[in-house]
Amino acid sequence: MISLHGVSHTFGNVEALAGIDLEVGEHEFVAVIGRSGCGKSTLLRLIAGLLTPSEGQVLVAGDRVAKPRRDVSFMFQQPALLPWRSVLSNVLLPIEIFGFTRREYRDRAHELLDLVGLGGFEKRLPHELSGGMRQRVSLCRSLIQSPRVMLMDEPFSALDAITRTELSEELQRVQLELPRTVVFVTHSIDEAVLLADRIVVLSPRPGRIHKIVDVDLPRPRALGQVELDQVSRELRGLLAEVTA
Amino acid sequence: MKVVLPVLGLLAIIGAWWLATIVFGIEPFLVPSPADVVGEFLEVPGYLLEQALITLWEAVSGFGLAIVIGVPLALLIVGSTVLERMFYPLLVALNAVPKVAIAPIVVVWFGFGISSKVLMVVLVCIFPIVISTASGMKSTPGELVELFRSLDAARHHEFFKLRLPYALPQVFVGLKVSITLAVIGAVIGEFVGASAGLGFVISQSGGNANTSLAFAAMTLLAIMSVALFYGLSFAERKLLPYA
Ligand SMILES: Nc1ncnc2c1ncn2[C@@H]1O[C@H](COP(=O)(O)OP(=O)(O)OP(=O)(O)O)[C@@H](O)[C@H]1O
Ligand SMILES: [Mg+2]
Repeated sequence: MISLHGVSHTFGNVEALAGIDLEVGEHEFVAVIGRSGCGKSTLLRLIAGLLTPSEGQVLVAGDRVAKPRRDVSFMFQQPALLPWRSVLSNVLLPIEIFGFTRREYRDRAHELLDLVGLGGFEKRLPHELSGGMRQRVSLCRSLIQSPRVMLMDEPFSALDAITRTELSEELQRVQLELPRTVVFVTHSIDEAVLLADRIVVLSPRPGRIHKIVDVDLPRPRALGQVELDQVSRELRGLLAEVTA
Repeated sequence: MKVVLPVLGLLAIIGAWWLATIVFGIEPFLVPSPADVVGEFLEVPGYLLEQALITLWEAVSGFGLAIVIGVPLALLIVGSTVLERMFYPLLVALNAVPKVAIAPIVVVWFGFGISSKVLMVVLVCIFPIVISTASGMKSTPGELVELFRSLDAARHHEFFKLRLPYALPQVFVGLKVSITLAVIGAVIGEFVGASAGLGFVISQSGGNANTSLAFAAMTLLAIMSVALFYGLSFAERKLLPYA
C-alpha cells in the first residue's frame, strides 16, 4: 500500500532523513519510534504529500505521491478541531472540503462517534470536551473519509497517562473493526507494542532505519500482558543502541 | 451584580458633581449641575433625540461601510504579499494623519450633508478593523493550516472555512475599538461643517454659552457610545460562545 524507495529529505542544510526503504502492506499497522528530531514527522509528511522528498520516491497504492490524497488521512498530536464547529461538523469537515454532501455522511459520522463513545455529544463545541474526547473527535474526523491509509503523528502524546492508555486500547478496537493501513509515530514503546504489526526503529540525524521489529502476537492485546514485555525489552535495547 | 456596580459608580460621580456645583457655587454657564442638564434636555427632548438619531445613523452606517470595505481589504492583504507590501504602509500612513486635519477637506469634497460625516467615520474606523482582521487571520495555528493542507483544501476553503472564522474573536476586538471611534468621527465631521447632529448642537451651544445644552448633548453621545459598545459585546458573546 505504501512504498518508500531510497527516500531522503533535507531542509536547507539539515539532513532529516536518509535512504529510507520501507514497504507497508494493506491493513498493516506500522509503528515508528526514534528519538526526538530523528525525522519521524518528516517521514509522515512525505507519505502524506505535504512534503516532496529531496531524493527517492514515495508511492501510495502504486501511485507516486505528488500532493495530499483523499484516501490518506493525517492525525496530529493536537486535536486540531475548529473551535466554532460542533463535534459533528468537525467530523464532517473533510466531507465539506471534498465537496461531498454532508447529509450522505451524517449517519456514518454518528456511527463513528458512537464507536468511540461520543454518542450524544454531537452538538457540543470542542471547548466543552476533555482532551481525550477531543482527540477521539479527531480520530473520527480522520476516519470519516474512509481512508485507505491513516498517518498518525504521536496522536496521544498530549494526553495524561490514563487517558492515553484508554485511547490506545480504543484505537486497537477501532483497527480490529475497521482495518486500515496505518503508520503510527509514537514515543511510547508500550503503545507501539500494543498496536503494531511491525515497529520501525529510526536512528537519529539523519534518520535511517536502524531495525524493524516484528510483533507476532495475537489480538486483541492488552497493556501489561507478559508476552508484550519481551518485545518491549528488545525495543528498549534497540533505542539505547540508537541513542548511544 | 454586573449592573449594580457600574450604576453605583455612575451615581457616585453624579453625586460628587452635583455636590461640587452647590458647595463651590459654580456658575451654571461654566459647569451646570446635573439638574440643569436634565432640565435643558427636558425643554427640547424631541429636538435633541432627533439630532442624536442623525449622529447615530452617521456613526452606524460609516461603521458598517468600514466593515464592508475593511474585511475584504484584510483578506487581500493576507492573501497576497505583493498587495500587503504595496498597500499596508499606505494604510498606516492614512491612519497616522490626524482625522481632525482631514475633516475640513472631506467637508469641502462631500458637502455639509451626511455623506462627509459617514466618510469621516469610515476613515477612523477602517484601520482597527483591517489590522485586527489581518492579524487574526495570520495567527491561525499551524496545525489547523496543516490539517487543511492535508485535506488538499482549496485556497478559498482555507480562507473562509478556517482563517476568517478563526480571526473573528480578534475582529471583534477591532470592531469594539472602532465603534467608539465611529461616534467621535461623526462628531468631528459635524464640528467642521454640518447643519444637524449632536456635534452641531455642541458647537452651536458653545457660541451662545449654553453650557447646559452642550452637556446634555455630550451625555447623549456618551450613552450612545456605551450602548453601541455593549451591544457589540453582547453580539460577540452570542456569536462566539467559544471565545
Ligand atoms: N520545516 C522545517 N524546516 C527546517 N528544518 C526542519 C523542518 N521540519 C523539521 N526540520 C528538522 O528536521 C529534523 C527532523 O524533524 P522531525 O519533525 O521530522 O522530527 P521528529 O522525529 O518528528 O521529532 P519529534 O519526535 O520531536 O516530533 C529536525 O532536526 C528538525 O529540526
Ligand atoms: Mg514529530
